[in-house]
Amino acid sequence: MALLEIKNLHAEIDGKEILKGIDLSINAGEVHAIMGPNGSGKSTLCHVLGGRDGYEVTKGSITFDGHDLLEMETEERAIAGLLLGFQHPVEIPGVKNIYLLKEALNAKREAQGLDEIDTFSFMKQVRELVASMNMDDAFLHRGVNAGFSGGEKKRNEILQMLLLEPKLALLDETDSGLDIDALKVVSDGINRMRGEERGIILVTHYQRLLNYVEPDFVHVLYKGRIIKSGDKSLAHRLEAEGYQEILEEAS
Amino acid sequence: MTETQELEQLVKREYKYGFTTDIEQEIIPPGLDEDVVRMISAKKNEPEFMLEWRLSAFRQWKKMAEPEWAHVHYPKIDYQALSYYAAPKTQEELDAEAPESLDDVDPKLLETYEKLGIPLHERAALAGVKGANVAVDAVFDSVSVTTTFKEKLAEAGVIFCSFSEAVENHPELVQKYLGTVVPQGDNFFAALNSAVFSDGSFVYVPKGVTCPMELSTYFRINAQNTGQFERTLIVAEEGASVSYLEGCTAPQRDENQLHAAVVELVALDDAEIKYSTVQNWYPGDEEGKGGIYNFVTKRGECRGDRSKITWTQVEAGSAITWKYPSCVLKGDDSVGEFYSVAVGNNYQQIDSGTKMVHLGSRTRSTIVSKGISAGRAENAYRGLVHIGKTSKDARNFTQCDSLLIGDRCGAHTFPYIEAKNSSAQVEHEATTSKVSDDQMFYLRSRGLSEEDAMNMVVNGFCKEVFNELPMEFAVEAQALLAVSLEGSVG
Repeated sequence: MALLEIKNLHAEIDGKEILKGIDLSINAGEVHAIMGPNGSGKSTLCHVLGGRDGYEVTKGSITFDGHDLLEMETEERAIAGLLLGFQHPVEIPGVKNIYLLKEALNAKREAQGLDEIDTFSFMKQVRELVASMNMDDAFLHRGVNAGFSGGEKKRNEILQMLLLEPKLALLDETDSGLDIDALKVVSDGINRMRGEERGIILVTHYQRLLNYVEPDFVHVLYKGRIIKSGDKSLAHRLEAEGYQEILEEAS
Repeated sequence: MTETQELEQLVKREYKYGFTTDIEQEIIPPGLDEDVVRMISAKKNEPEFMLEWRLSAFRQWKKMAEPEWAHVHYPKIDYQALSYYAAPKTQEELDAEAPESLDDVDPKLLETYEKLGIPLHERAALAGVKGANVAVDAVFDSVSVTTTFKEKLAEAGVIFCSFSEAVENHPELVQKYLGTVVPQGDNFFAALNSAVFSDGSFVYVPKGVTCPMELSTYFRINAQNTGQFERTLIVAEEGASVSYLEGCTAPQRDENQLHAAVVELVALDDAEIKYSTVQNWYPGDEEGKGGIYNFVTKRGECRGDRSKITWTQVEAGSAITWKYPSCVLKGDDSVGEFYSVAVGNNYQQIDSGTKMVHLGSRTRSTIVSKGISAGRAENAYRGLVHIGKTSKDARNFTQCDSLLIGDRCGAHTFPYIEAKNSSAQVEHEATTSKVSDDQMFYLRSRGLSEEDAMNMVVNGFCKEVFNELPMEFAVEAQALLAVSLEGSVG
């Protein structure tokens, strides 16, 4: 059974239909890229998968790891192993980054019937991950995303993923706003997450990220539908020819 | 479901400390006249000067009108319908020494402590267990039932006792300092308190002494329909320092209860007083019925040069809060600080803030106020920064932040700045923000429940104030905020 199975998904916001019948199947061990021009529904798809209020699913189904995803609250989805990496991670002033990391990890452990993690092993694990993301320990004691640069915010998202080890990582425009060094660090983090047990979805506007994280599948989203799917060569075509040609071809 | 509907559904929490302890009460019949004042004084075997002081306060109170300027609304209080004294009958002699061990105390009271969630180590302190280091002067309604650690404190020369005991054993200190910060006729509620105050705490730290432990008091209202009039006086002599913690919670009931306390702090040269409060009086039910009226006068005077007074408060309970812990900075180079978290849910009304009165030169004050409103609560910050003519190079920094949860609550800010000396530097920063959907979604998508996510945002908002609380209190304060805002998310 697929890890994530989206069938004929229709969703609207404020009565306006954005997703108009999406079918997508993702297995553990696979990396999928979802590409598309602005306004194609990429972020809406991410928010629907994340369970954000205000998005109404009018038709279709989503099954995640055997659960009916649409019946689950946002936090239940996270605990079940679907983790959303944000395009614009929000600031939570006064809440230390390390505190959020610990609470999030313990929420997951609690759901698994495990005790809270002891501080010593937690700190050890977190420090290693921080170093691996080319970040400073001081970063752990700053407010969540407060005053972070664009690159720091995205690194922080990957850091959370590495710690929380989701079954499916859904990364929304993780490459936007990154300089080349940060892009390498972030890509490296994503590549370390790759594994047989885990699915990864990269939602992106540009092909750039895909030079560093090679997808197994590429899908082109346009006007709320996946109009074309292929392997990584599709991404290269998009880069070389732009969306227009592929759109025309598909229609 | 709309956000509003979700709020409606979720803004349903019950007061967690809803219970009344079934101890027989000795209550003076309702009503207030000079005879009642005399009766209270007589019951407490007070010396003549106390009676005269009370009577003078009562005469002033009779001529005063209840203030109406605060941003709060409540039905008129009938002061003749209140009873002004209640004492537990369980102790055979009211003026007896507080029991050495809790075995001598009514087990019902111990149960009460348990329900109140007084931390184990403090219960141990109450029980006189060796090694426990927080002294607790527990005020059960109007009369102190038990006081611990007096001996250990006495070694250091610190006096920490009930107000009644202070009147009996240290009348000269009481007479010297009582009413010197908050005069009898200061305001309507202070005058009422001065006339009929039942009991409270007294702390005296002599010259050069650092109080060896944090002093802690738990207040409870327990008698039906009995106004509570606590009186606290803390004096730190030259170079002395003390940290005082006050926390309280009250049993659930229908009638509104009036609480009009007075707290006076006196800091002489180089002395430092830190006064921390976690307040959780019964706030009324979710329709706004019942709940405590908390009309409190708290003021500290930095009487000496280089003295310092810090107020830190977490105000979570009460139907109505009217409270402005203030500092009069008389001494040169003295420092006043006010750190406050005031949270209102359901129909709570809060009008709170501070006054910093700069009289000495180079005096400094800091105000950090965090107001949180949820449900239909109204939360007002009211603050005065006064720089007197005589005060050269005074400085004030004020930061006043409001956080709104939902769309039916209110946040108001009434800052008053009076600078009569041109060398003053006064800064005021104010923000109003909402707990955003983005923040909630972000945290929930990390696996946190709605309530945990809300608590995290709120605690982050309050962090600067919590940092000022003593460690154990900070933990309690966070727990209290969680309870207070339970069900306010959506």
